Amino acid sequence: MSKKRFGKNDILFIGGILGIALLFMLLVFFLQNKEGACVEVTVDGKVYGTYDLNENQEIPITIDGEVTNVLTIKDGKAKMTDADCPDHLCMHQKAISKEKETIVCLPNKVVAEVTGSKEKQEFDSIAR
Amino acid sequence: MKTKKVAFLGVFLALALILSYVESLIPFYFGIPGVKLGLTNLIVVVMLYLCGTKEAFAISMLRIMLSGFLFGNMFSILYSAAGGLLSFLVMYALKRTHKLKVISISVAGGVSHNIGQLIVAAFVVETYNIFYYMPVLIFAGALTGFLIGILGQEFIFRFQKVFREHEMSEERD
Repeated sequence: MSKKRFGKNDILFIGGILGIALLFMLLVFFLQNKEGACVEVTVDGKVYGTYDLNENQEIPITIDGEVTNVLTIKDGKAKMTDADCPDHLCMHQKAISKEKETIVCLPNKVVAEVTGSKEKQEFDSIAR
Repeated sequence: MKTKKVAFLGVFLALALILSYVESLIPFYFGIPGVKLGLTNLIVVVMLYLCGTKEAFAISMLRIMLSGFLFGNMFSILYSAAGGLLSFLVMYALKRTHKLKVISISVAGGVSHNIGQLIVAAFVVETYNIFYYMPVLIFAGALTGFLIGILGQEFIFRFQKVFREHEMSEERD
């Protein structure tokens, strides 16, 4: 046995393993980016309501008796369609449908986040 | 000759057990039960090179049983056995190719050890979500395998002569 500690093969081999790990990392990243089941709306950190993404609906978000934002769910995607804030930034954010995606309306402290609703989500993904 | 070999193997088993114990003292937790540093892999790697396949396998399995009874429970035996078996098979197969050095064998052992344990964990918990841990475990296994590979390589270089003198080594090259 020679006294060599490293060979070209070793560098390739270990590099390959690290490459596979990176690939897995990307895979996990994309898997976690799967379609969500619900959208949860929070106002000022408090849960305002959870709505099914599979159901087309318009959700008026009322703060202190006034409708400040309107979240519209259409074709499994949620989009902010109306807001009384001056910049309307939330209305320009793209429609959300994947888990952990969010729309934020900063002036009104309204956050809409896509969630997978626990067991139900698992059943859905199996049934699909 | 034969008694000498028995004594040698006994020493190695004791060494492996001590390393298991040391490992159980180090709080190193990945979030999945049973996934550890893999210090004992050092012994398996060294034995694979210095003593032979059968001996290395015997020590590895005995170590898992004994340390399971001493420091763990049924589950930790199951986890360790899965990791130990898979990593042994992978290391043996790679060593036979004669293309890789100790360090690569050790890295492969560390990674496959963690993968084996993860597979068992997935069966036990009955969820595939824990495969999200896979990248972390591969990196961790590669890192510990790397360190143990360096250590093992030095060990092998230094003890080769001793083992050859006592005609312990299967391979004479």
